[in-house]
Amino acid sequence: MQTVKIVVTGPFNAGKTEFIRSVSEIDVVSTERKISAEAEKVKSTTTVAMDFGRITVDDDLVLYLFGTPGQKRFDFMWEILSEGMLGFVVLVDSSRPETFREARTILETFRAYAPTPYVVAANKQDKEDAWDLEDMRVALRLDSKVKFLPVVATDKEKVKKVLLELLYSILAEMEAGGS
Amino acid sequence: MALRGNLRDFTITQLLNLINLAKKTGTLVIEGPGDFAWVAFREGKLAYAQIGREDNSLAAILQRSSKISAAQYRMIKERASNMTDKELGLLLINAGYLNQSDILDSLQQYFIGVVRRLFTWVEGTFRFEADQLPPSGLIPVRIDLENLIIEGARQLREWEQLQEEIPSLDMALKFMDRPGTNLRNINLSVEEWRVVSYVNPKNTMRQIAQATKMNDLEIRRVIYGLLQAGLVEIVRPGGATLTNQRMFPTTNKEEQKSLVNRLINRIRSI
Ligand SMILES: Nc1nc2c(ncn2[C@@H]2O[C@H](COP(=O)(O)OP(=O)(O)OP(=O)(O)O)[C@@H](O)[C@H]2O)c(=O)[nH]1
Ligand SMILES: [Mg+2]
Repeated sequence: MQTVKIVVTGPFNAGKTEFIRSVSEIDVVSTERKISAEAEKVKSTTTVAMDFGRITVDDDLVLYLFGTPGQKRFDFMWEILSEGMLGFVVLVDSSRPETFREARTILETFRAYAPTPYVVAANKQDKEDAWDLEDMRVALRLDSKVKFLPVVATDKEKVKKVLLELLYSILAEMEAGGS
Repeated sequence: MALRGNLRDFTITQLLNLINLAKKTGTLVIEGPGDFAWVAFREGKLAYAQIGREDNSLAAILQRSSKISAAQYRMIKERASNMTDKELGLLLINAGYLNQSDILDSLQQYFIGVVRRLFTWVEGTFRFEADQLPPSGLIPVRIDLENLIIEGARQLREWEQLQEEIPSLDMALKFMDRPGTNLRNINLSVEEWRVVSYVNPKNTMRQIAQATKMNDLEIRRVIYGLLQAGLVEIVRPGGATLTNQRMFPTTNKEEQKSLVNRLINRIRSI
């Protein structure tokens, strides 16, 4: 059995667990905990080590989706999770501009781990106060070459689109890399 | 209680705050990445500072603040080398050449400058030698720490922000490919020029810092400016592409492509 992995990262509460849940064929093996920190009472649970989803491709190929913990104090897990990844997705909560800066830092940190392709996805585009993509691109200081896509983590079709765009980039890079 | 530790856990600003609040007397000895520094305090006020081997005699300080000329400095060094700072100061005042405030201002500006430079030391160790004071014969100064602490706190925030913007110095820089931007038309500082001359995907930011003798804070500050100006972008060193073979269970390029295509087909069908 061959396995490959893609990492889904982003700031606290960006929707990483939800994103993986939408496409995983197994219940996401999540390490959610009740949140105690007063400052982060945005919701009741958070991912502490990682989320783990699976997509079986065929008899001998499985894709694993790893979601990183969003809270800063678990960022020691990031490098471990990123090892050997095919690529990564950075999810950003479009309705919380106060997290854009951190999203940018996470993006730079993951870029430093490995030379793999990545896409950035503007999540929660269904929310009324979601920012427009053009504005977010500027705020996140994303180069025009970086793939930046709208997404709603609970919408399977939109999640698929993000993963496909990442895979297209991986393929394109392999072809450009000269074989 | 021995006051010693690591600058990563306890910053210079926090140390100054502590010394100020506790009105401490003694010498703070700091061992940074490339240098030592000694900063002495009397009852919570800055009294003296020395960085590495830098000449901090009164003559040298007066020359740096242009109160005396280079020729005068050399003459003092030759002819009055056994004179203490106090004696030299009195001589210059009595000769009507400088007044007391010229001398005190120069000393204060110099010591404050040393502490400002220390704010950029974010790596290193420190220890506080209680009651140890600089040698006698120096001109006593007393500088309030409050303003320096505020300045240091501001720098600390800048440092945190820069670390968020540029988390890893192991990445490299490359010029943005924007035709029409002519470097010559942009006003760069000397420091920026020095960094710009090393911009190349082959050099990591850490290597550039070493080559230009900048510390982690200084190099990030300069690079941040260049990023903001849209002159450079952060890239992987060596322009590395997909070479990491652990990513795929196979090293065969065609099999890798087929694998990605299978993933694509599978996800389409979910
Ligand atoms: N409206 C809307 N809500 C979403 C979307 N994606 C996630 N959410 C909600 O946002 C909250 C956070 O989602 P999670 O998937 O737990 O986020 P996370 O990134 O895994 O969070 P941490 O693991 O704590 O960092 C949950 O209440 C989700 O239901 C979306 O696209 N639209
Ligand atoms: Mg989660």
